[in-house]
Amino acid sequence: MSEFFAMNGYAFYVWGSYGLALLIFIIEIAMVRHKRKITLQQLRLMRDAGEEGQE
Amino acid sequence: MNTFGAGNNLSLLGLLGLVIRRDLVLAMRRRADVLTTLIFFVMVVSLFPLGVGPELDMLRKMAPGVVWVAALLASMLSLGRLFSADYLDGTLEQLLLAPQPLSMLVLGKMIAHWMVSGLPLVLMAPVLGLQFDMSVQALWVLVAALLLGTPILSMIGAVGAALTLGLRGGGVLVSLLVLPLCIPVLIFGAGAVEAVTSGMSVVSHLSLLGAMLLLSLVFTPWVTSQALRISME
Amino acid sequence: MAINWFKYSAPSTFYGLAGKLVPWFAWSSAILFAAGLYISFFVAPTDATQSEAYRIIFIHVPVSILSMFIYLVMALYAALGLVFNTRLSSMMATALAPTGALFAFIALWTGALWGKPMWGAWWVWDARLTSELILLFLYLGFIALHSSIDDPRRADRAAALLAIVGSVNVPIIYFSVKWWNTLHQGATIKFTGTSMHVAMQQGLWLMMLACWAYVFAITLTRVRSIILERERNTQWVSDLMGERS
Repeated sequence: MSEFFAMNGYAFYVWGSYGLALLIFIIEIAMVRHKRKITLQQLRLMRDAGEEGQE
Repeated sequence: MNTFGAGNNLSLLGLLGLVIRRDLVLAMRRRADVLTTLIFFVMVVSLFPLGVGPELDMLRKMAPGVVWVAALLASMLSLGRLFSADYLDGTLEQLLLAPQPLSMLVLGKMIAHWMVSGLPLVLMAPVLGLQFDMSVQALWVLVAALLLGTPILSMIGAVGAALTLGLRGGGVLVSLLVLPLCIPVLIFGAGAVEAVTSGMSVVSHLSLLGAMLLLSLVFTPWVTSQALRISME
Repeated sequence: MAINWFKYSAPSTFYGLAGKLVPWFAWSSAILFAAGLYISFFVAPTDATQSEAYRIIFIHVPVSILSMFIYLVMALYAALGLVFNTRLSSMMATALAPTGALFAFIALWTGALWGKPMWGAWWVWDARLTSELILLFLYLGFIALHSSIDDPRRADRAAALLAIVGSVNVPIIYFSVKWWNTLHQGATIKFTGTSMHVAMQQGLWLMMLACWAYVFAITLTRVRSIILERERNTQWVSDLMGERS
């Protein structure tokens, strides 16, 4: 098992590569979801302001 | 200075001459702008030995690359001037409405811009090359390569200048957009000088530069006109 | 994704379609990654010359190829938006750009991490890695230009022109960098010339498909937000917001 993680001495490079890729994927997913949340929030504010204006 | 109404009977070449002459006259009125580009070029080139040390062997090897990068940066800096004056005083709008082909007018501006910003660099380069202990042969090739390459830089740069018309971000944004596109010119321009210093033929490098110059002449005026229309809508 | 092309070229209908597709692509991506990683690490044998470090290719190669492919697709969408004046095409181009840039970034890092143990230096100015760097610059230029222009239509069209000029330049840039690289006798990061073990090929394919599905999922999600933002003043968006909560 530890042999697997050691990757014949190249652990830093192999896990570094996959780790970085995974990190970037996670960040990107988080950013995209965040953007959607913010967009919906702003639209909700717009809608509520519009409704208030009509009252 | 709207002389374009009178240009209706001009041949395309005559039109070109008119535009070039106008831009040159305007540039001469603001000589300081012209000189600052040249001074920047000289300064950047001179900075390198200060940064890496005065060892002539190393400087001789670095020289083509250094001069070319400096020429690239100086060209980028001068691009702001290409359309901004005309944009600000409304002449650009007139140009877009003029019956004459916009590509021709743009080509004229590009040529005038190169004569004012690029040509001085070409003429200055041998002097700077001597600072780096370049051989006479190398200097000739450097001048030839710059002569072919700096117009390309002006033309590709014009596309960037047209796209970023009126935007904040200034010269840095244009540089960010244009520099990657200028990399082939840098590679073959500096490569030509390196070829001659290592005794190889420069014909392939210079012909590639020539080919790129021809391609730019054919395509960039039109692309720049499109970019101007996009920016001015 | 063109069953009834024109119906889905309207942002309002595409929004719904994209929403339905995202979970499919997301789950496919996860499964493909799991399968791909399993094969890459447990089935593919150790390489003779590069030992275990070669396993980096299973992430490096798909990501590099996709970064280039995404740029072309982005430029294509941008061109469509420019020529046909279709808003949705431009929105897709804008949605693709960040993912493409991030993929180029991952390609560069994994390339460096592969190069270091193999060639001793973090950066070997290999022709392909250098071209990848320039590609990253092209992506960043596209994103920078688009975000510097306030008017969305001008932004779309200016960035589209830049993307088209960029894609025309990509072969020229690649060719000149290759020339430059051979001239300076740089190292070439190439996989061992011998034909690849079947498991390695399978691993590569699976990882490629996994990344591809991931790109779809992310881009479709991103474009949905862009659509909402850009179409916020339309009736269908107000209706949509009315339906929610």
